[in-house]
Amino acid sequence: MRDVAIVSFAQSKHVRAQTDSNEVEMLMPVVREALDNVGIGMDRVGFTCSGSTDYLSGQAFSFVMTLDSVGPWPPISESHVEMDGAWALYEAWVKLQIGEIDVALIYAYSKSSPGNVREVLTRQLDPYFVAPLWPDTIAMAGLQTRALLDSGTATPADLAAVAATARRNALANPYALLTGDASVEDLLAQPMLADPMHVWDCPPITDGCAAVVIAADDVARELSKNPAWIRGIDHRIESQALGLRDLTTSVSTATAGSKAGVSAGGFDFAELHAPFTAQELIARNSLGLDASVPINPSGGALSANPVMAAGLIRLGEAASRISRGEGNRAIATATSGPCLQQNLVCVLEGSA
Amino acid sequence: MSKLPAAIVGIGQTKHMSTRGDVSIAGLIREAALRALDDANMTWSDIDAVVIGKAPDFFEGVMMPELFLADALGAVGKPLLRVHTAGSVGGSTALVAASLVHSGIHERVLTVAFEKQSESEAMWALSMPMPFAPPTHAGAGGYFAPHIRSYMRRSGAPDHIGVLVALKDRLNACKNQYAHLHETDATFEKIADSVMLWDPIRYSETCPSSDGAAAMVITNEANANRGKLAPAWIHGSAMRSEPTMFAGRDVVSPRGSRECAADVFGQAGIVDRRAEIDVVEMYVPFSWYEPMWLESLGFAEEGKGWMMVEDGSTQMDGDLPVNPSGGVLSTNPIGASGMLRFAEAAMQVRGQAGEHQIDGARKALGHAYGGGAQFFAMWVVGADKPA
Repeated sequence: MRDVAIVSFAQSKHVRAQTDSNEVEMLMPVVREALDNVGIGMDRVGFTCSGSTDYLSGQAFSFVMTLDSVGPWPPISESHVEMDGAWALYEAWVKLQIGEIDVALIYAYSKSSPGNVREVLTRQLDPYFVAPLWPDTIAMAGLQTRALLDSGTATPADLAAVAATARRNALANPYALLTGDASVEDLLAQPMLADPMHVWDCPPITDGCAAVVIAADDVARELSKNPAWIRGIDHRIESQALGLRDLTTSVSTATAGSKAGVSAGGFDFAELHAPFTAQELIARNSLGLDASVPINPSGGALSANPVMAAGLIRLGEAASRISRGEGNRAIATATSGPCLQQNLVCVLEGSA
Repeated sequence: MSKLPAAIVGIGQTKHMSTRGDVSIAGLIREAALRALDDANMTWSDIDAVVIGKAPDFFEGVMMPELFLADALGAVGKPLLRVHTAGSVGGSTALVAASLVHSGIHERVLTVAFEKQSESEAMWALSMPMPFAPPTHAGAGGYFAPHIRSYMRRSGAPDHIGVLVALKDRLNACKNQYAHLHETDATFEKIADSVMLWDPIRYSETCPSSDGAAAMVITNEANANRGKLAPAWIHGSAMRSEPTMFAGRDVVSPRGSRECAADVFGQAGIVDRRAEIDVVEMYVPFSWYEPMWLESLGFAEEGKGWMMVEDGSTQMDGDLPVNPSGGVLSTNPIGASGMLRFAEAAMQVRGQAGEHQIDGARKALGHAYGGGAQFFAMWVVGADKPA
């Protein structure tokens, strides 16, 4: 495999509702910042790939217009996935492996504010047997959370600790939406949203975007003093039918992690894309991370959850931390679908 | 690292119809995928990864449908990627699948593209609001009609050229058992007399709205001879994109199209495009796009593409047959239409196109475009392994 690294990451200040700009206007400064960080223009970019969904834009072919955010003239080599931007990064990483280009730009975005994201995401479900019942994301996560609690591997206090840590970590993240220093006891004292879910088990509804630049070999070394090398990256999917899965574990995370080389261990921290508190514990256990590995120093998706970008942001946050010297080896993950159905695992490493 | 060889060893498609009410979405994609696996002499367990593509999710009303289709695609426990690049998506999806093999990451990749347009009214999904412009068009034809008019004015092409293309493609489709339209009684007069939908585009010069799917198995060299037939080798592959709204762009022959063609033919080592390519499967949703793309792809000089239509060069017995399958004008499940072009090109060089086979085809171009004629995907496939 060719050595490929994340050399630049930029993100928007995540907000509940980005009312003063459309998607292109939201993306443009972020794409610009990602390129400026490494001092390149689009002429150095050999491939561009983005991730987004028409269902949150409320318009077919929505990504066609947001392509304007990179200024694709002269024409560029470009593709788009209807997936989280982490999978756009995977497609770009594959392109770099072929060896014909050295630099790729990835971006992802969404605005959840114009609609009702809980209801929109029900449209991901089996249209014949499940979607007609409109089970929303929190209801589905509730089933998973209940299964985890009933299995005896986690307590409500464990869930509250995940939320408390995420909010406290987010205090140091200027881009985060939801921050705070509530204690586990404070959180547990809050009323239930719907048993077993508290509001703090759930991610904040977020508008936002992110952009990443990846580069290969010497070009990565030229563009960054300390590139975050992708030592392994893999993704797997499971059945969507909840009745066919053990919701207390994530087989796809474990398999992708194994393929990405997680078993070698030695991680200084992890950025896990887990929109609900129970999912962070499940992902952590499925990756075999022990209690000494700090999870989500950025605050994670529980602090800012721009759908379609939140996975890419985990990879970008992990890479930035490595490039700044705040750790040398990290896991970053992305998830998609109900109850951790599809997962991507990336192992990143600095040169230290 | 260098680009490893990749080959198409299995190809399948559904019977395309306006409504495939006999199958679910899962049933539709499995029909194509199982035919491709059978053609490749493989089963689901042989497949390392799956790449699926389709056009907007609103067409079926399912957001990111690959998630619920994971079981049907045999993808559980495997990597599954979902591509969406507008009308070119079927082509782009095949190219992403090929890149997994070219890079050495996987050995055997299944790629599938579909659309089940009967689940919704696609025309309105294709009536995109343009920023700073009044909403004056309904359907893609309304958007493309001025581009076609501009081509006619520039080239001086006579009005009947579009009719000739439509007649050719509709009659070719009668030789393709999977094609949606089988208009055995199509005549020049009937097409010329059909209702004008978006001047200068007549009803019979327009693609249908179809339910359908296409699938291919793409492998590395070690697996290239596992199929029932010799493989089609990928000689070149390219994608280009440009903005929708940009005053400097030429919508008749977009720069992205010309640069994509130069890239793909360059990779394939093709110098004289018209002489060296034996057959073209071109994305022609409105008849006039055949002469327009003939010029943009460099098969004809600027302003002269329509002459190739008029003198019969693009007929099945011409020197550059275009769309012997009947093309998009006869079958249009939008998300799959690009992959059908790519697959039909590969079928030609494998000699498996049946009644619409071009004898002796050794090198073929698969072509797709999308958006406001701004997204391009192309591959050149050949019967011989690339040098």
